[in-house]
Amino acid sequence: MSKSVIMLSSLTKKFLMAFAGLFLVMFLPVHLGINLFILPLTENHVEIFKEAVHFMTTNPLIKVMEIVLFSALFLHMIFGVILWFENRQARPVGYKVSQKSKVYSPASRFMIHTGIMVLLFLVLHFVNFYFVKLGLTSAPAGLNTPADNHDFYNMALNLFSQPLYSILYVVLICGLGVHLHHAFQSAFQSLGLNHPIYTPVIKGVGLVYSIVITAGFISIPIFFMLQ
Amino acid sequence: MKFTLKIWRQENAKAQGRFETYQLDNISADCSFLEMLDILNEKLVNDNISLPVDTITFDHDCREGICGMCSLYINGRPHGPEQGTTVCQLHMRRFNDGDTITIEPWRAKAFPVIKDLMVDRNAFDKIIQAGGFVSVSTGGVPDANAIPVRKEDADLAMDAAACIGCGACVAACKNASAMLFVSAKVSQFALLPQGKIEAKERVQAMVAKMDELGFGNCTNTYACEAECPKNISVENIARMNREFFFSKLTLAKRESNGGGVG
Ligand code: FES
Repeated sequence: MSKSVIMLSSLTKKFLMAFAGLFLVMFLPVHLGINLFILPLTENHVEIFKEAVHFMTTNPLIKVMEIVLFSALFLHMIFGVILWFENRQARPVGYKVSQKSKVYSPASRFMIHTGIMVLLFLVLHFVNFYFVKLGLTSAPAGLNTPADNHDFYNMALNLFSQPLYSILYVVLICGLGVHLHHAFQSAFQSLGLNHPIYTPVIKGVGLVYSIVITAGFISIPIFFMLQ
Repeated sequence: MKFTLKIWRQENAKAQGRFETYQLDNISADCSFLEMLDILNEKLVNDNISLPVDTITFDHDCREGICGMCSLYINGRPHGPEQGTTVCQLHMRRFNDGDTITIEPWRAKAFPVIKDLMVDRNAFDKIIQAGGFVSVSTGGVPDANAIPVRKEDADLAMDAAACIGCGACVAACKNASAMLFVSAKVSQFALLPQGKIEAKERVQAMVAKMDELGFGNCTNTYACEAECPKNISVENIARMNREFFFSKLTLAKRESNGGGVG
């Protein structure tokens, strides 16, 4: 890491953090929209899912977006760690008595922790899907043999048939939910967007967004656990 | 009323600090928090026959909530349990008889302890020196409508200017960030025509100084707003962010040709 990255103004770091974060926020509903077709929503849900996967893995525009997405993710993580580290240094001696957790947004206090949960999730996710596609890891084994290394449907079925995997999935996604709850409105504030009328709306949208994303993703493993 | 006080004692910036416990009896409920400490100090003087007496050092000046000198972290909250109040305006009736009260200094790398509960807040002065002013004389009180200002802007500027620079925001922030203070100072000028002229340079200089002095980064926890004795709003932080990015984008460094005529 070059020194110049650390030398950036605190506000610039926060800006980049928020900007990258909001980009990631846009990506999640797309992913969720596709994932939901793993569930028997319609007659031909498997076909729809496979078609969507095909589109996402082959479309050149998506390929470009993938690079942007990974860059945003990388930027977000790097700045997250730098800021966290700097913030720890800003108070070398702590307080003996602290009542803060009672009063203020608990989610904001655990951004690094929930962020690490999301990272763990991503590692798991990459090993099980993305790297399989690239041929770096082998597809998760199970009752359903995947047709090829793009057959995410059968891979997902194999994974969700393991209760331990499903539970881990639910826990980590809940971490993502908590992360998003603070992140959404926080990103707007960091970008300088705070307004007596719009900020409450942004907060409301952020809450709904984080609940929908969390509930949406965990509905899939829960569906398979209940079966 | 009767209290058990756990107070942070520290000889000087370098010394290892520790908590000392003191018992205090017969305190009037109408006594202010600082008066209670005065009584304790007097008791220490009277009880200690041998000299020198080591009384408890704490910052204070106006004792009417306007100077920003008092700075005690009481039971886990800067300026104690009362919302929108400085320690000097806090009264013992806010506590229960027999309570144990823990008193700590502000904790931040940029605010080193001088002695006991007194910390060095020169960092704030340095931030002000970096740009928290208007460099030209704006003259006497102008005619009422000579410089038109929107009523709302005037109100917001006044609200921001209510900041007394006590540092409670830094003390409350989990990251010891000075964003609320700096943003209030940036805002009070940026909102008014006299301050707008230097707004771009000001925000850059003040933010750079804030970073340099080792304050943390804002994570939008808003503890500062909740604990501020003057109820400064985090809207100011967003305004500062806006001002900062806008100035980054538009501030062109031109060669100066020196001053104007005369
Ligand atoms: S002593 Fe002046 S504000 Fe408290």
